[in-house]
Amino acid sequence: MIEIENVRKSFGQLEVLKGINLTVQKGEVLTIIGGSGSGKSTLLTCINGLETIDAGRIVVDGTDVHAKATDLNKLRRKLGIVFQQFNAFPHLTVLENVMLAPVKVLGQSKAEAEAMAVKQLTHVGLGDKLKVYPSRMSGGQQQRMAIARALAMSPAYMLFDEVTSALDPQLVGEVLDTLRMLASEGMTMICVTHEMKFAREVSDRVAFFHKGVMAEIAPPEELFGAPKNPELQTFLAATH
Amino acid sequence: MFSYNFHWNQAFKALPQMLDGALVTLQIALLSMAIGLVVALALTLFRLSGNRILNGFATVWVEIARNTPALFQIYMAHFGLGSFGIHLSPYTALLIGIAFNNAGYLAENFRGALKAIPETQTRAGRSLGMTPLQAFRYIVMPQMLRIAFLPATNQMVWAILMTSLGVTVGMNTDLAGVTQALNAVSFRTFEFFALAAVIYYVIAKAVTVLARLAAARMFRY
Repeated sequence: MIEIENVRKSFGQLEVLKGINLTVQKGEVLTIIGGSGSGKSTLLTCINGLETIDAGRIVVDGTDVHAKATDLNKLRRKLGIVFQQFNAFPHLTVLENVMLAPVKVLGQSKAEAEAMAVKQLTHVGLGDKLKVYPSRMSGGQQQRMAIARALAMSPAYMLFDEVTSALDPQLVGEVLDTLRMLASEGMTMICVTHEMKFAREVSDRVAFFHKGVMAEIAPPEELFGAPKNPELQTFLAATH
Repeated sequence: MFSYNFHWNQAFKALPQMLDGALVTLQIALLSMAIGLVVALALTLFRLSGNRILNGFATVWVEIARNTPALFQIYMAHFGLGSFGIHLSPYTALLIGIAFNNAGYLAENFRGALKAIPETQTRAGRSLGMTPLQAFRYIVMPQMLRIAFLPATNQMVWAILMTSLGVTVGMNTDLAGVTQALNAVSFRTFEFFALAAVIYYVIAKAVTVLARLAAARMFRY
């Protein structure tokens, strides 16, 4: 369970998170929508401790992420994150990209890590690309590789930060299909996305962020069907 | 006006001796590069560490190495340390002087290479649970070495040429030292130094070509 309690975060003068309260249950798929600068991506990087917070707390399975005593390297093993930029490691093959962290961080044997990597890469449809360098792949393939790389750590939670935003339109589908597959397998996911159709389909709940505030949160039928918040109504009108 | 008679034979007879000297030259250059690379990596980590003392130490090293004559750096290793009662052989002093110079230039070279690697690479590594050092070691450093490889080859060539400064601290077994000794007994200055120059040229060129071949093999991505 991820518990977010009254989290505030500023970059200089700009307050990007103005007291966020949110709880994500195990097995839940939560999507976060909202305009750019609404704080949704920042929240994700705060959850896995890549960003500090100024007030409040974030607790993952009982561990306070931003407490001094917390071993973030250890905590991050259960929080997979995939970013808008694919961040493929260009000097490693696809297989090596996925094997690196399980070997170096989890201390798995090469054989063990390779078996896991092959399984995850096959799962995301890259079973035939094991020996290829990322530069030879499309953006969609690189992004699926990044997803497999995160999954190879056997995380309990997956955070997706606008993972389709940097893709050519015709490549968005393959990545969303991968996310749909994960959702259907019961992975606990928080997805920041601009893909409204996707959010409507896969989410248990959808949260709308506006100017650092979670303006509305509801199951998708309700949020998209009968939005209450006026900002959300404007946002949905503009994106439909 | 131009009455000099060339005596190339004398020089060619001494070729085996000079080639032995060339091996010593190559050995010093290679060792100084190996030491320089390790120290440069350490200096790079010092600069990234965020620790003011380590960062300051590395910065001073790089500044001195790059902005003072290599000759002085070698002098300091021999006569300078000698003033404090630390007496190094010409060989060791030359090696240390060049390694000092190499480390400074390579560290700067690494810094430039690091700037070309997006911060998001480290971020991706950290988000997989890696420590900062693991992210550097397995993600950033290999990419940095690739970018820095060809410039580092230039430094290797420079190291080979710098070894000739060893004659000023009494080095007499490397190519320049051997050539100088032969010149002193024969006065065939032009012939001996011309031949030595050709040998330096061939070694330097060979290093450049080999490095390009090695790069093509090592960096396949």
